[in-house]
Amino acid sequence: MKDDVTSREERVENLKGMGCSRKRVEDARFTQGKGNYVDDVKLDGMLFGDFVRSPYAHARITSIDTAAALKVPGVLAVLTAADLEPLGLHWMPTLAGDKQMVLADGKVLFQGQEVAFVVAEDRYAAADGIEAVDVVYEELPVLVNPFEALNSDVVLREDLVAEDGSLPDGAHGPRKHHNHIFTWEAGDKAPTEEVIANADIVAEEEMYYHRTHPCPLETCGSVASMDKVNGKLTLWGTFQAPHAIRTIVSLISGLEEHNIRVISPDIGGGFGNKVGAYPGYVCSVVASIVTGKPVKWIEDRMDNLMTTAFARDYWMKGRISATKEGKITGLHCHVTADHGGFDACADPTKFPAGFMNICTGSYDIPTAFLEVDGVYTNKAPGGVSYRCSFRVTEAVYFIERMIEVLAIKLNMDAAELRRINFIRKDQFPYTAALGWEYDSGDYHTAWDKALKTVDYDGLRAEQAQRVEDFKAGKTRKLMGIGLSFFTEIVGAGPVKNCDILGLGMFDSCEIRIHPTGSAIARLGTISQGQGHATTFAQILASEIGLPADSITIEEGDTDTAPYGLGTYGSRSTPVAGAATAMAGRKIRAKAQMIAAYLLEVHDDDVTFDVDRFVVKGAPERFKTMKEIAFAAYNQAIPGLEPGLEAVSYYDPPNMTYPFGAYVCVMDIDVDTGVPEIRRFYALDDCGTRINPMIIEGQVHGGLTEALAVALGQEIAYDDMGNCKTGTLMDFFLPTAWEVPNYETDYTVTPSPHHPIGAKGVGESPHVGGVPCFSNAVQDAFRAFGNTHTNMPHDHWRIWKTANELGLHG
Amino acid sequence: MIPAVFEYYRPKDMAGVLSLLEEHGDDARVMAGGHSLIPLMKLRMADVPHLIDLQDVGGLSGIDIGSDSIRIGAMVTQSDIIDHAGLASAAPILREAALQIADPQVRYMGTVGGNVANGDPGNDMPGLMQCLNATFAVIGPDGERDIPAREFYEAAYMTAREDEEVLTAVTIPLPRGGYAYEKQKRKIGDYATAAAAVQIVRDGDTCASASIAMTNLSDTPIYSEEAGTALVGTSVDDAALKAAATAMLGDIDPTEDNRGPVAFKNHVAGVILRRAIERAWSRA
Ligand SMILES: Cc1cc2nc3c(=O)[nH]c(=O)nc-3n(C[C@H](O)[C@H](O)[C@H](O)COP(=O)(O)OP(=O)(O)OC[C@H]3O[C@@H](n4cnc5c(N)ncnc54)[C@H](O)[C@@H]3O)c2cc1C
Repeated sequence: MKDDVTSREERVENLKGMGCSRKRVEDARFTQGKGNYVDDVKLDGMLFGDFVRSPYAHARITSIDTAAALKVPGVLAVLTAADLEPLGLHWMPTLAGDKQMVLADGKVLFQGQEVAFVVAEDRYAAADGIEAVDVVYEELPVLVNPFEALNSDVVLREDLVAEDGSLPDGAHGPRKHHNHIFTWEAGDKAPTEEVIANADIVAEEEMYYHRTHPCPLETCGSVASMDKVNGKLTLWGTFQAPHAIRTIVSLISGLEEHNIRVISPDIGGGFGNKVGAYPGYVCSVVASIVTGKPVKWIEDRMDNLMTTAFARDYWMKGRISATKEGKITGLHCHVTADHGGFDACADPTKFPAGFMNICTGSYDIPTAFLEVDGVYTNKAPGGVSYRCSFRVTEAVYFIERMIEVLAIKLNMDAAELRRINFIRKDQFPYTAALGWEYDSGDYHTAWDKALKTVDYDGLRAEQAQRVEDFKAGKTRKLMGIGLSFFTEIVGAGPVKNCDILGLGMFDSCEIRIHPTGSAIARLGTISQGQGHATTFAQILASEIGLPADSITIEEGDTDTAPYGLGTYGSRSTPVAGAATAMAGRKIRAKAQMIAAYLLEVHDDDVTFDVDRFVVKGAPERFKTMKEIAFAAYNQAIPGLEPGLEAVSYYDPPNMTYPFGAYVCVMDIDVDTGVPEIRRFYALDDCGTRINPMIIEGQVHGGLTEALAVALGQEIAYDDMGNCKTGTLMDFFLPTAWEVPNYETDYTVTPSPHHPIGAKGVGESPHVGGVPCFSNAVQDAFRAFGNTHTNMPHDHWRIWKTANELGLHG
Repeated sequence: MIPAVFEYYRPKDMAGVLSLLEEHGDDARVMAGGHSLIPLMKLRMADVPHLIDLQDVGGLSGIDIGSDSIRIGAMVTQSDIIDHAGLASAAPILREAALQIADPQVRYMGTVGGNVANGDPGNDMPGLMQCLNATFAVIGPDGERDIPAREFYEAAYMTAREDEEVLTAVTIPLPRGGYAYEKQKRKIGDYATAAAAVQIVRDGDTCASASIAMTNLSDTPIYSEEAGTALVGTSVDDAALKAAATAMLGDIDPTEDNRGPVAFKNHVAGVILRRAIERAWSRA
């Protein structure tokens, strides 16, 4: 294409590389109903399996009679723990180093626990079979409160108590009580206590971050197909980490890993719900091995809400100390973490409370200490990171509430208190008191921009007037201004300290350039709606100079994709995105040699320019990447192998630390407890911005899930351990109706250690949004003496706050 | 969430429906829009071995606005109500209430007959119909009869309709005066935390008559005659509003659920009623 006349600008535009709002290539199929989800997988002779589930939260199983179920037309088999035991599969390892029953082994520990697996010709016959299984239970005392559990004689996990009654160490060290799982500490205890004891001002607060649940539109499921002829198991499933699942399946089943092919097809949202391994996956595999036919398992909505992967459930107790002027001197945090019946948290192995030790937030806090106690109760297991990196929502909520509580104690403006305590731009890289090294940030600039845009001073003046009007009986609505400034820690992570079950948390990308100048790139991650096929192609387009539209991105098939640890914790762009850029650079390096050969100059005499290599000082002499690709395959080039391929396994040197400044303005009807969000402003700094439109979409979605959690979304139990929120009637999933208009904004502070400076954004809005919504509610009542009330702020709890403050006359 | 086995019937006329009901007794149920019944069947909370779909039975979908009453066929959907221009002017409270039921998808399917026959205290139309002093026409093996809405509800899911009777129409006297349907709910698709239906007639500066009914605050809808009486003859001032709320609170009997405890519900019921009366009065 020597007669190329397009301008440089046009060439950049044609690439659709980084920085442009390229339309999502996925949407054509999703908006036409052409997605291919696990439940769309239909194989010849496929059977359907489903669970008999426990109606009780804690009970011994006296007997299971399957005879009547086996007579139900269409029912082929009923698996119980007794059937799995010979295979060693009645229990399975959890990601947290604990083990979990696949099918109830003599007792049940939470309502909805899997008791037996009915395999039938279709899901209707399976449902009838379930009704016909006769299980005799003997109810046991139920523990739903972790503090009671730690003081109770009732033993939840007999399997973790030695015969002599002693308590063997758990996966994370010594245990204090039979219902205690671990104690995890970070920071310095004695110095923190000392700072707090000698401080001018100390604010204390207890807060409960309620149990909730990620609620992807698609529930969890799998289809297992064991080919007895070639010994190969193919497993389709809703897996956020397909390679990890393959390794785990291999380890627990004894099948060799090359004989297992795991496929994550389209996934309808994950949010952490699809990170863990569930009994349904195991049972579909076993049932396929037993019957020799493909077996599908798909959760219904109640199964999903009640059994797979809750989030949060942290009881947090904080103390924060400061000088009279408001300079923070120390922070102490204790967490009692309710993990349910099994510790199935999805965290890097060395971090049983995830990255809760990011709880010093965006502030320069010299001394801090964190202690987390994990506890067993009669609730469903999980503890996943719901749209956040490991426990980061809890940490950010904690510090953003503590800041507000401290501001009240100091009688100071909460925005100003934040400002005087922010880590300064010149302090990065900054090592926090609890150990993390923050890569980059410019908090003051972001904060000032946010406050200026929303006219913060004007809002405070309006709020003061509203309080006067309220007191004068002129209005029954209060106004709340919610602030939050968050710093996330995402992109797990460096293999030196991040692994899951021993699997290092690097990620990967493999690129093949085709002779005619298009390409396919495969990654170890898996999109669940994030738009990887769009954005990773943009990264590559900018790196290798081929148009994004000519690059196919493929993920989720372990037979073809390079090994990687999957998508959660905002790790795809920080880790696999980096691998993509690095693999692209390998391609470019070889392309440079080819170009130089073709142009008959030395390698160093050509430079890369958008989509081509150009001879330095002679811009009319160039080879486009398209030409280079063709030559790579079809021209003998001395000293170079044919072909143009590269693979990169990227072990990140550090996490990335996205941050943001959010402001919410809310009006609260004191008499009904109904909040109305008037304005929501979200400034995100995720480093280099790959696709602004996708970022905005991620921010909208994450904020909506934040609104849900802050204002009503919870998994609640009664004293008997019955789940009270098992359907979408009671579990709050916001619709367009409940959602306000969001204003988005940004600053750009690239990550210094990431090849393209990107930090990740998918979870920021959730992490920063929850405290922002909550702070708005709480701030509305500050003038009347409120310091803290627990989420979720549904109508009756807001009403209760008003009522307790005497606002109902 | 898969229902137990059932037989499905789709008779072409009412005679066919009645004979199936007679044949299967307790084991049969009619289905209108299915948006209350099917969820219960899927949760296996309702066992319906014989399900009789009313969709093909003619003559149940009319809306007739007469000179002193309105007749609405049982199979008229909530969405039909919202779209009907005549109803919007003759009885605007119906539209205001229907717009607060569930979401458009549910309203395309859900019927007036199903909503009032269901007997779920969460349904909005029973209270509405009590406020409007509606009459429900039912047909059964012994012929037709009329049951006043205010006498229809006995307890949750228990109504004056016999199992083998089918509700065919709802008739309401043409409403007069100002109206309001006020509902507090947690989100779209939710049943009421508290809801109030108010129809009020003004004579100069005083209230000539008032009709008030409350939803989801007892195991049946609550028509509070005393609350209405408390307004009559007053200028609907603060004292009258308080008296009406006090009377209403004496009639309701809410229970605690995920929406909140009893004290909250009582409080909100009072607030919602006050707002409904104020809005109705402003329109009277
Ligand atoms: C997500 C969701 C949210 C909802 N929110 C609300 C809400 O906010 N407010 C509200 O009022 N409703 C709500 N509903 C219920 C909805 O309005 C239903 O459509 C309505 O309650 C029942 O009407 P149907 O025509 O669907 O009746 P069906 O479900 O078909 O029947 C309901 C019951 O009535 C009986 N029945 C039906 N028709 C007749 C008849 N002609 N004669 C005798 N018996 C009959 C049936 O046998 C059954 O027992 C909601 C439903 C859903 C799914």
